[in-house]
This record gives sequence, C-alpha cells and structure tokens, in this order.
Amino acid sequence: MARASETTTPSAPHPAVSATTGARDDADGPRRLELPVGGLNCGACAVTLELALRAVPGVRAATVNLTTARAFVEYDPRRVSADALSDAIRRAGYRVGTARKRWSLRGITCASSVRSIEKALSATPGVLHAAVNVGTEEAAVDYLPQATDLDRVKAAAASAGYPVDETPAPAGEDPLVKEATAREREYRLLMRKWWFGAAVGAFTMIMSYPWLFPVLGDWFPRGSPQLWYIWAGMGVASLAVLLYSGNQFFIGAWQALQHRSANMHTLIALGTGVAWVYSTIALLFPQLFPEAEFTEVYYDVTVVVTALVVLGLAMELKAKGRTSDAIRKLIGLQAKTARVLRNGREVDIPVEEVLVADVVVVRPGEKIPVDGEIIDGSSAIDESMVTGESLPVEKKAGDEVIGATMNKTGAFKFRATKVGKDTALANIIRMVQDAQGSKVPVQRIVDVVSGYFTPAVAILAILGFMIWYTFGPPPALAYATIVAVTTLIIACPCALGMATPMSLTTGVGLGAMNGILIRGGEALQTAQKLETIVLDKTGTITHGQPALTDVVTAGGVTEEDLLRLAGGVERSSEHPLAAAIVEGAVARGLTLSDPDAFNAVPGHGIEARIDGRTLLLGNVKLMRDRTVDLDGLEEHAARLADEGKTPMYVAIDGRPAGIVAVADTIKPDSVEAIATLKRLGLETVMITGDNERTARAIARQVGIERVLAEVLPQDKAFNVQRLQLEGKSVAMVGDGINDAPALAQADVGFAIGTGTDVAIAASDITLIKGSLRGVVLAIQISRATMRNVYQNLVGAFIYNTAGLPIALGLLYPFVGILLSPLLAAIAMSFSSVTVIANANRLKRWKPQAVVAGGQDS
Amino acid sequence: MTPDQIAVNVVGLGLIAFIAWFFWMKKTAGVRAGLTSGGYQEQMVLVKGGYTPDVIVVERGKPVRLNFVRQESAACSEMVLLPAFNKSANLPEGQTVPVEFLPSEPGEYEFACQMGMFRGKVIVEG
Repeated sequence: MARASETTTPSAPHPAVSATTGARDDADGPRRLELPVGGLNCGACAVTLELALRAVPGVRAATVNLTTARAFVEYDPRRVSADALSDAIRRAGYRVGTARKRWSLRGITCASSVRSIEKALSATPGVLHAAVNVGTEEAAVDYLPQATDLDRVKAAAASAGYPVDETPAPAGEDPLVKEATAREREYRLLMRKWWFGAAVGAFTMIMSYPWLFPVLGDWFPRGSPQLWYIWAGMGVASLAVLLYSGNQFFIGAWQALQHRSANMHTLIALGTGVAWVYSTIALLFPQLFPEAEFTEVYYDVTVVVTALVVLGLAMELKAKGRTSDAIRKLIGLQAKTARVLRNGREVDIPVEEVLVADVVVVRPGEKIPVDGEIIDGSSAIDESMVTGESLPVEKKAGDEVIGATMNKTGAFKFRATKVGKDTALANIIRMVQDAQGSKVPVQRIVDVVSGYFTPAVAILAILGFMIWYTFGPPPALAYATIVAVTTLIIACPCALGMATPMSLTTGVGLGAMNGILIRGGEALQTAQKLETIVLDKTGTITHGQPALTDVVTAGGVTEEDLLRLAGGVERSSEHPLAAAIVEGAVARGLTLSDPDAFNAVPGHGIEARIDGRTLLLGNVKLMRDRTVDLDGLEEHAARLADEGKTPMYVAIDGRPAGIVAVADTIKPDSVEAIATLKRLGLETVMITGDNERTARAIARQVGIERVLAEVLPQDKAFNVQRLQLEGKSVAMVGDGINDAPALAQADVGFAIGTGTDVAIAASDITLIKGSLRGVVLAIQISRATMRNVYQNLVGAFIYNTAGLPIALGLLYPFVGILLSPLLAAIAMSFSSVTVIANANRLKRWKPQAVVAGGQDS
Repeated sequence: MTPDQIAVNVVGLGLIAFIAWFFWMKKTAGVRAGLTSGGYQEQMVLVKGGYTPDVIVVERGKPVRLNFVRQESAACSEMVLLPAFNKSANLPEGQTVPVEFLPSEPGEYEFACQMGMFRGKVIVEG
C-alpha cells in the first residue's frame, strides 16, 4: 500500500509532500487526508463510504478509490477532527488502519496541563486521538502510521513543554501489569490497615472486660480509676484505628452523602462511629447514665469491626483479581512484535505498527502477530487459544490465519488483513469485556432492592434503637446502641451486589476460553432455559461442501479406473459437484489425465473422450438417451439417494461402469453433539432448503426426528417464530450471514463462525470453532453459570434477611439471643468472600459428556 | 413513657423522616452534555465516591461520549456499566476512559459500577 499523505490545500500542487518530511499544516486551512480503508470489496461499498463521509459535518469532499482501497477526504479541521472521520468510516462498517502508541511524559504535574498536551498531540497531522493520563504520566496516541511518524508526535509533545521519556518503563508498558501492581499496592495497604487494627483490637478486646481474666480482674476492677485511664487510652487508640484503618469508610460515606446516596461505607462509618461516640460520652460523662454501674465502653466494637471489614476488603480484592483471569489471559495472548517485510528487508517492529497489507514473515514456533492470509508457504497452526480446538490446523497459501495463534511446523509469509483494534483477538476481547460488564436480567431486581437498601437499613437501625430504648431491659441505652450498631454492620449489601456480576464475569470468561463468545447476561440467562434447538443443516450439521462418498463399480471396471477417468473428465467441468469428484480422486492418490473432448449436456451430465475412451457421466436421463443399460445399478442409485446423496452414473464406451456419489458430509462431531443435546433434555429440529428425502436421510444419520425441509432461506425466521408460538423457548444455530434473520428471531441465536469473522451482529452466542459441540458447551456453561448466580443470590439474600432480624434482637424476647456486633462484622466480611469464592469455583468447571464420547474425527 | 424516652422517639422519628427525604426524594437537575466538533455529545464524569455529575442530559440520535476519570482506588468503582447500551469499561485510576453509545430512544438509562454502589443516569430527550 502506498503511503498516505496529509497536506494543506495551498500545497496541493505537490500532493506527494510526505507527512514524514514535516510539511507543517496551518491549523485553520482546509486539510486533505488520505486514509487506508479495509473491507472495501464491492463497487457499491465505495459509494456507501463516500456518502457516509460526506454526511459528516465539516467534510468538504470525499472520494473513495476502490482499487487502492483509500479514502481521500478534504475537511475543515475546525469543524471535524481526523478522529471523527475514522469513526465515520468505522460506523459505515469499514476499517481504518490505525496504530496506538504509549509514551511516558516527564513532568506532568497538574491536571490543567493535560488539555494543552492533548491539544498539541491531536493537532499533529495523522493523529486521530490523544489522551494523557496524569496518574501514570503517560500519553496514549492513536495515529495513522502512513500519515505521520513518531518523531513528529514526539516533537509535538516537546513543543507543548513535555519531552517524551525514551527509556521504556518496564512495567509501565503493559496495562495488565499495571493493573496487577495497582491491585497489589491496594492489597498491601489494606493489609497494613488490618494488622494495625488487629493489634489495637486484641488489646482493646481484653481490656474492655478485664474482670473476665484472673490477674487483670484484680488489677483493674470495674469502676476503678486505673481502668478509666486504660479505657481513655483505648479511646485514643481506637480513634487512631478509625482514622488510619477506617478512613476509606468515612471518606466514602462523606462523598456518597454529597451525592445524596448511601452505600456500604455509610453503614460501616455510621456503625463504628456511633460505637465510638457512645463509648466516649459514657467515659467522659458517666453522670448522664442513670445506671452508672452498667456503663461500659464499646471501643472494642469500633476497632474490631473496622479491622475485620478491612480484612474482608483485602480478601475480596485478591479473589476478584482471579475472577477476571480470562480476560487477562486473552490480552496476554497478543504478540508483542512482528517480523515484517519492508523495502525487501525483514524488520522486527512492535505489533501496533503493523499495517494492513504488510507482508509478515512467521517462522516455526513463533506467534502469528495479526490476522491475515497466507501468500507463501504452509504450516500446522495451533489455534487452541482462540478457537478452543485442540488439534493443530493445516494451512496453506490462500488460507486465513488468526493473530495470536501459534505457528508449529513450517515457515510462511502472510499478508496482514486486520490489525490493531480490528483483529479477531481484539474483537474477542472487546466482546468478552462488554459481556462481562452486561447484566443478567435477574440482577435488575437486585438493583431495585439495593437502591433502597442502605437508607432502609439506617431507618431500621433507628427504629431498633427507639424500640430497645423504650421497651428494652436496662441498661436501655447500652442495648439500644448495640442493636443499632449491629444492624448497621450486618446489613451491608456487598454480597448481594456482587453475587451476579462475579458469576457472570467468570462464566463469560469460561466460555471465551472454550471458543464460545457470549454476548451478555441476557443470552446466558435465556440459553439456560432453552427447550428447542433449531439446527441449520448446511454448514452447521454438515460441512456445507459436497464430497465424494461412494463409488459403485459394474461391468468389471476397477474402482481406480472409474474414479481416474471420471475425475479426469470432471476437471474440465465447472459444476460444483464436479470439484468433489476431482478432490475425491486426488485424495485417493490417483493421477488424472485431461480429456481430449468435452461436451456438457445441460440438465443431463457430460460426455467426453479421455485416454481413448468415451465416457458418459450424468443422471438416468443421460443414460436412457444414449441407451445405456443400467442393469442392477438403479437399485444402488436409489439406495444412495435415500441416504441423501447425489448418485451419478458413469458409462464407459457405451457400457455401464458404475456410480459415483457425492454428498454434503456430516461433521464428525455432529452426531455426538446432537445426542448430548437430547440428553440435556432439548428437542432438536433440523431446518433446511433441501428436499424432504435428502433432509430426512441426514436427520436419520444424526438422530434428529423433527425436520423442516424445503424451507426457503427467507422463511427460516418465520419457521423459528412458529416454533416459538408453540410456547417454546427456541434457539437457532446457523451461520451468521444467511441465517441472520432467523438468529435474530430466535430467543438465543448461535452463530457458527469460522476464522477471523467473530463479531457477528445477529448472534447472541458465537462459536468460534465451527462445531456443534460448541452449542452443547455453551448451554452447559450457561446452566452452570446461572446455577452459580442463583446460589450466590440465595446465599446473599438469606444471609441479609436472616441477619437483620437477629441483629434487631427479634430473638431476644424468646431465647435471649442478641447478635454481637463483632460476629456481625465477621459474618459481613465473609459473606462477600464466600460469594466471590463460589464464583471462582465456576472456573474449575469442566465440560462433561461431550468429551466423554470421544473424538472420532 | 419517661421524658427521655419521648425525646428519643421524637428525635428518632425525625431522623427517619430526614433519611427518607434526603436519600429518596432527591431531584437533580442534570448536566447537559456539550457538543463537540465531531458531532459527539461529550461529558466528563468524575468517579470519586460517586459519579459527578450523576445525571447527564443528552439529545437522542446523536452519539454520546462519556469520559470517565476515576480518582480513587476503591475496588468497587473500577468498572462502569451501561446495561441499556450493553457497554462497560474498566477504569484504571487516573486514566480518561471514553464510553461511546448512540441513544436512539428517549428515556432514562442508568449507569452504575458493577456492584451498584455508585449510580448515575443518562436522560435522553426526544
């Protein structure tokens, strides 16, 4: 691909002025931009894209050149940015080859300078988008590698007063590592807070009740002045714990209050704060308490609750890190560098700088950096990380390769077709992230509840206080306070809030690891309660391509001779079934010769001379016309036709020689997968445009009873709807292009994808590996995930509903049980941890049944 | 009932009324997203103990870009979700993360962190 250039109109007579040589643009003049566009493969596309670009406000002219695959845009930089142009191209459904680069910038200290640097960077021609992060002192720039070079961007940063730091930050480059270190830092901070709280807590717990201990009881009797001083010391120490270990609760509560909302922090801050204030008042003004001898302090509650909740947060953080393992693994698959042919030399460049149409060289044992098409060489490629397929796949020139897969045996060159954000892996990552962030429908109820939950708990705590103060046993104030504090602490809705998202994240990740992309929580919840699965025949149950299946001989002709001659003749034919015969003959190691004469008889077959013999190949009409006696062969033909195959008679020199039969063959694991679907209690239905007989034959072989045959492609959606009207929850499995309306109509649409085309719009679930086994896996994963969700919800809900009344003291009048605030804190912390641990348990889930059946491929 | 009990109950009921009013009766006017040269309705959202602003008003039919900046380390806010648009984003501390979507139907759409502790909404005007 030629270099793109960006120039201002005044220099238009020299459109070749390269951006790399630094033609400085006037910021205000109209600009001309040349964008390389991927995905332009039809004449109409160029028109569509031109219209889409012209529709962008600020664009003066736009033309698209189909052969060079580039868009030329003249635009007003004051009204529209290059970024918006590339967005417009993306929205129209095409790709722009952009690269992304991160640099460390020195000396960014205040947030106000961010805008000026971003402005300077964005103003550089060819830069589409620039974002500066003050926290990490980094700039991330999306740019067109053809239209700008890195030196120019660096110069722009330097001119804004912030030189680029060239020394590569070893940990800073990788966002994953960064996230992990941030998490680790947060974890260590929380653990320090916990240890401080725990140390003070152990001391306060003992000294709050010294009379329970033999020696201490003698030294510090109840009501003695020395105990008062100890307690005063505890008050100061516990204040330190609140301020250090518990500061996030108070800050969080205050910030939430400013938004007039309440959350977990509010409850914890209130609970610990009330306990501390009560204790301090009791200590300083004992005369306020009529039953002075009962005056006790609850500094231990303050300290221990803070410490335990902080410990719970730390454990939660650890467990949460594991939940998003799947996405981290996927991102980790990305290759770092690529070996690209530039000017006839192989150069190693960062993978971000690979452009569409670059020729990439891959050696054995290396990772394939981006998506592309092999142009030279062949190899076995391990695609398990993307498709879940465990066996390496043989690829040769013309085949698609997927970025991030591993080249095993051979060396080859390929032309990059998708780079950066457009690669299959990038799409997968984006889909998985979106799915993990979506919501399972049951979550909506939880959301409504938790929106009212926290203030409701605060109200309950106050009510509890009032009732205990009015009707409770003495010391009423002490009991009332304890009840209120316990209520505030036990009711923290964390576990309830985390229950669904944690399971969803793990379940979607689990799918991705098995080559199944689930669009979101809704698809997951629906997939779990499916009743009927409609399977498209062609390409789903079968390979979708005819192959030679049977050879029947007659009249003393050998199978080899028959195939060799038939194959040789069919080489000259353009009929789709002919290719199957040729391929079948070649696969058996036969050398084919070319026919001397060839005549296609439309609707009947062909007639040819080959190796000095006359050969007829075609249907029964052809044989009757040429008065070939089909003695005995017709039975075979009928049998083959019953099996759903297409038989073709062959006659040599006017005598019957046999039958070759071709058929669309069943994928090796279809039978197994359909049997498993039935075992899972699902009704399977086959839908096809084929005639009833062929359809029935295939259905029999795979074990499907219900067949919808002779269905026109445009009627598939209607047929799915008819099944839905029977009151069933229906899934449709098919390819994402022809079956799109049916996939959209179904409750869950499964698209069988192949290769790099993973972002299939109509589907709820995409199976990267083109096998029905994926449907089984997807349903099993959805069931396992939803089971996990319900376990979590029930667990969290029971815990919250059971905990609250006990904390409020409802059991007290009957059995005299009052929940200690310390137990409430322990229970609260561990409920969240349990929910996360349960979600993590999902990761160990292994598919059953399908694998047990074995792979007979 | 003794005077102190009456006092406690009166104060308690007052507090309950205040909590109900303070948390449930709030009405925020909302901030209208600005229009960029690229045709986007853009709004910066600060993530710190909540979303600021937490009510964003946009017009329907024009793409919206919300730039989230998270300035806290609490784990609960590390992800923002817009379930109605099937969008979500991880928010590394200090980094501006754009989330884009096209509101085609008027209505109120909530955005929240994964646990639902922080909430905000986008009001799409017809």
